[in-house]
Amino acid sequence: MMMKKMMSAALAAALAVGMLSVPAMADGTFKIGAIGPLTGGAANYGLGVVNGAQIAVDEINEAGGIAGAQIEYKYEDDELDSEKSVNAYNTLKDWDMQILVGSTTSGCSIAVSEKTKADNMFQLTPSGSAQDCTKYDNVFRVCFSDPNQGKASAVYIGDHQLAEKVGIIYDSSGVYSSGIEMTFEAEAANQGFEIAVKEAFTADSNTDFSSQLQKCKDAGVDLIFLPIYYTQAGTILTQAAMMGVEATFFGCDGLDGMLDMDNFNKELAEGVMLLTPFVADAEDEKTQSFVGKYQEAYGVTPNQFAADSYDAIYTIKAAIEDAGATPDMSVSDLCEAIKASMLKIEMEGLTGTITWTADGEPTKDPKAMVIRDGVYTAAE
Amino acid sequence: MVSFFSNLINGLSLGSIYAIIAIGYTMVYGIAKMLNFAHGDIIMIGAYIAFSVITSLGLPTGLGILAAILGCMVLGICIEKIAYRPLRGAGSSLAVLITAIGVSYFLQNTALLIFGSNPKMFTPIIPFKYMTVKIGEFSFQTISAISIVVGIILVILLQTFINRTKWGQGMLACAQDRGAASLMGISVNGTISLTFAIGSAMAGIAGVLLCSAYPTLSPYTGAMPGIKAFVAAVFGGIGSIPGAMVGGLLLGVIEILSKSYISSQLSDAIVFAVLIVVLLVKPTGLMGKKIQEKV
Repeated sequence: MMMKKMMSAALAAALAVGMLSVPAMADGTFKIGAIGPLTGGAANYGLGVVNGAQIAVDEINEAGGIAGAQIEYKYEDDELDSEKSVNAYNTLKDWDMQILVGSTTSGCSIAVSEKTKADNMFQLTPSGSAQDCTKYDNVFRVCFSDPNQGKASAVYIGDHQLAEKVGIIYDSSGVYSSGIEMTFEAEAANQGFEIAVKEAFTADSNTDFSSQLQKCKDAGVDLIFLPIYYTQAGTILTQAAMMGVEATFFGCDGLDGMLDMDNFNKELAEGVMLLTPFVADAEDEKTQSFVGKYQEAYGVTPNQFAADSYDAIYTIKAAIEDAGATPDMSVSDLCEAIKASMLKIEMEGLTGTITWTADGEPTKDPKAMVIRDGVYTAAE
Repeated sequence: MVSFFSNLINGLSLGSIYAIIAIGYTMVYGIAKMLNFAHGDIIMIGAYIAFSVITSLGLPTGLGILAAILGCMVLGICIEKIAYRPLRGAGSSLAVLITAIGVSYFLQNTALLIFGSNPKMFTPIIPFKYMTVKIGEFSFQTISAISIVVGIILVILLQTFINRTKWGQGMLACAQDRGAASLMGISVNGTISLTFAIGSAMAGIAGVLLCSAYPTLSPYTGAMPGIKAFVAAVFGGIGSIPGAMVGGLLLGVIEILSKSYISSQLSDAIVFAVLIVVLLVKPTGLMGKKIQEKV
């Protein structure tokens, strides 16, 4: 009997403690969490995200915070594993996180969005590009979705009359590549060029591209669209040079990173064009200042993930200020307030001028870059 | 017609690389009677060694190739000694097979740890402007010609070594009956070590040639070509060294032609379908020896 009483007392106490911790901390700070793969093969992406956000947080706090309230910032590693990403989310929630920047990669972001939806927490993924990342109304993203990149590429090629005959070489076994390819092809129908060659490869046959290139050469295409990652693009460019394929190569953000490959023969990349929201070599003041701070703090050049995440923090700041939200609001009220403001704000970010639609998609103008003498320069 | 010949040449180029990998594969199988699934990853390590010597240290290309060959040789002997030899008496050949897969992952992850996941661009062993030879309308990759010539030389050297030297005869004896060979005074362990040393040296050469033709070097570079080369070795008759050469070249041509004229997505399916048909008609592969059942 005594035992039972003690148990129920303990349970009641536990319950009371649990209830106490539910409301957001009213200590006058916004608690923002970030999640990404900080170890393993995709660590470059996650480190970019947590470090890019850190720089934005430091800048904002130094300048007086968001409407007078400082930001508290904490991040967790998910090792590119969606289950661990959810664990990371729970850890951050125990810390009383109010807003989530993450996850970094599409799969993890989708897994975590199930949780943020249930908690009605505002989630802004810097770099989750798969379509499903923003399927819930509390989730927004900073980067382009995969389909949008394909459409934007087709529009760009059409508008600038870069080609009459286009060849496509894509990875049919990857979501990223096939997603872009699909919308590119759909949009191409409205543009003034013809898709003469469409060839695929898979993760199991990504060493040799001679037959795909041969077809492009035989069809006499002016431009070859490569919605793929830079690893394969390096081989394609080498083989194309050997085979004497004389077409312009055009890619999306997957090609970003090509010039950083060890010992890459930069002559091969001469004239390659890509649509990407951010390049560290851009000359504007904003980019220069960010790249300088990042290099000083972390010793490496920031990638697109860092820029997206930097923009994510400033987006949250803009939305909170627009809504007049305060740190003592509950997670759910804060989410509703920010969500409404997301549709109103216009962000002047590192990755362009961004506005959002209710389905969480950003609208921004992609920047076209062309590689000249081994550096990215703005096209046109 | 022009494009057909271009495709044929591309096929031979790809095939020449498969062939050179397959020779090492088939040699180890023929003597040690085990599938060394780590062969593709030894190739990758060889390429990294050559890359480190040629590009990172800035030493001459020849030295890089030599380092790759010697490095792979030592690696091959160590793998055999540490991972395969203790299991040789275990009775089940399955144990060695699974261990080989384990070694393959071990090598990939070690390379990932040392060299990182960011791919490196291998500097081809011949200067860029000599990479292609133009004959009329056709252009032929110099590296493919080198691969084919090197492949043929290796086949001849290996055949002579196995059939004409004492060590080679020892290898044949071990391949036939290890117990009897050791009764005849042949050191079985020594012979198998030698087999691995030669097979891995070939992997070193293959690594340099593979990455000269396809310059993107990552820890997974050897995995898929390794499997394709294994198919080529089975195609040509596993255990037969000239068979591996022929199998590799044919596999490359079939792969490129099916990519060009049927479907770039189905090419692997077609390659494996051809393999199945060949094995149904001739179970020992194109040039495989008929194994006599001993009663």
